[in-house]
Amino acid sequence: MTPRITGAVAGRVLAQLRRDHRTVGMLLAVPSLLLGLLWWMFDGSDSSAATFDRFGPPLLVVFPFIVMFLVTSVTTLRERASGTLERLLAMPMGKADLLLGYAIAFGAVGLAQSGLAVGLTVGLLDMDVRGPVWALMLVSVLNAVLGTALGLFVSAFAETEFQAVQFMPALVLPQLLLCGLFVPRDTLPDVLGAVSDVLPLSYAVDAMQQVQLSATWTADLTVDLAVIAGSALLALLFGAATLRRRTA
Amino acid sequence: MTNNSSAVYVRHLRVVRGGRVVLPDLTCSVAAGQVTGLLGPSGGGKSTLIRAIVGVQRVCSGTVEVLGRPAGAAELRRRVGYVTQAPSVYGDLSVSENLRFFARVLGVSPGAAAGAIEHVDLTDHAGSLVGRLSSGQRSRVSLAVALLGSPDLLVLDEPTVGLDPVLRRDLWGLFHRLAAGGQTLLVSSHVMDEAHRCDRLLLLRNGELLAEGTPQALRERTQAADVESAFLAIVDGARQEAMS
Ligand SMILES: Nc1ncnc2c1ncn2[C@@H]1O[C@H](COP(=O)(O)OP(=O)(O)O)[C@@H](O)[C@H]1O
Ligand SMILES: [Mg+2]
Repeated sequence: MTPRITGAVAGRVLAQLRRDHRTVGMLLAVPSLLLGLLWWMFDGSDSSAATFDRFGPPLLVVFPFIVMFLVTSVTTLRERASGTLERLLAMPMGKADLLLGYAIAFGAVGLAQSGLAVGLTVGLLDMDVRGPVWALMLVSVLNAVLGTALGLFVSAFAETEFQAVQFMPALVLPQLLLCGLFVPRDTLPDVLGAVSDVLPLSYAVDAMQQVQLSATWTADLTVDLAVIAGSALLALLFGAATLRRRTA
Repeated sequence: MTNNSSAVYVRHLRVVRGGRVVLPDLTCSVAAGQVTGLLGPSGGGKSTLIRAIVGVQRVCSGTVEVLGRPAGAAELRRRVGYVTQAPSVYGDLSVSENLRFFARVLGVSPGAAAGAIEHVDLTDHAGSLVGRLSSGQRSRVSLAVALLGSPDLLVLDEPTVGLDPVLRRDLWGLFHRLAAGGQTLLVSSHVMDEAHRCDRLLLLRNGELLAEGTPQALRERTQAADVESAFLAIVDGARQEAMS
């Protein structure tokens, strides 16, 4: 790994994004708009504050995860299809440079995205959070990186952008259903509970709930964060395995 | 019979792609400091051979030696410049952003990026988005990237396809200036009338090397008026041989 090359990749990905105003607008605004919508939906009901508090924090990690997954899978698919990947791998470019470059660039976007979303929900919409706000951000950014890493990985198995986009419902929706947002995980049927135990989003949602309910750092939160970071690292390693210098 | 004056030495190379034998058993070499043309009809295996030389092609057997090292060795990645057949540059970045990015990857100065743009005569378009350029201009951006860092070996896959005659002549002029400066060039083309612009030729058809040598030697061998008809005579000869 060479910091100069990693930095070049991250800078290039961000420069490409800057050119694409619509995507930047979507990346930054969509999660906040959806959270605003959620708040508005429950505005009329008696238990409005409680419901928003229940759904708000988990969604703060789900949205960045989905958005980053989509953007990365399409971007890296283009890189594979256009021949630039072949060219880069014929240059003195380490696989880690490429993967980390992408992770850093999209991690930075994730930071801006969750900064806006957290600012909106905690600052304006009075979402009740007992723990530190930076911990919310940390979980959210780690999830954005996880989404990036998974997007990199699946781009190896798609031949068109259309196929890449189809991976989103297949990989993300089951995690969303089983992560504890709709049914608490300990009341799930045994088999589903076991499945949800190995899905990274379950830990992300749990981490958000820990931050929300506890004013102090908990051991569970440490475990959750370690699992999310470990999953992101694992997905990056799988992604690295799909980058082949020699192809058929 | 390894030759000191060969920048590339290919021995008994066999490549199978998607179940098809593309190169059954290829042996050839690329002379150092010269412009070697890799010619032949489409589908003949030019890109496959080029990919093997650059070290991005999975091969079945045989050896490919580049600048004294096995093809694809890590030390070669900065000494070999490669232009893929389709322009591999970023359409959503400007010409100079593309060049500056690849210059950073290679660790060469931003000044080299400007120099490479000048070499391919795109200085007037340095600020334009690559995606908005014509296809000929795009392929020159891709060529400029390969020039960065003055690699010892330049491997160019059909760099002149789709260019007008004036630009083609200018690019061949550039190739010969680079060779005069000590760089080795391997340039593929399916357009036979580019043959006379090369110092040496490799004629590849259906994965077989039909001829290897200087344009003059090939003309004399077939008693043809120009290299193009010499090639056609050789191809026809090979075809008749295959049929009889
Ligand atoms: N990725 C691939 N998978 C399977 N076969 C391929 C692939 N790429 C090229 N081929 C086949 O290999 C043969 C040689 O192709 P290529 O090296 O591209 O020839 P050229 O560059 O001379 O036109 C062709 O028959 C082509 O169909
Ligand atoms: Mg070709």
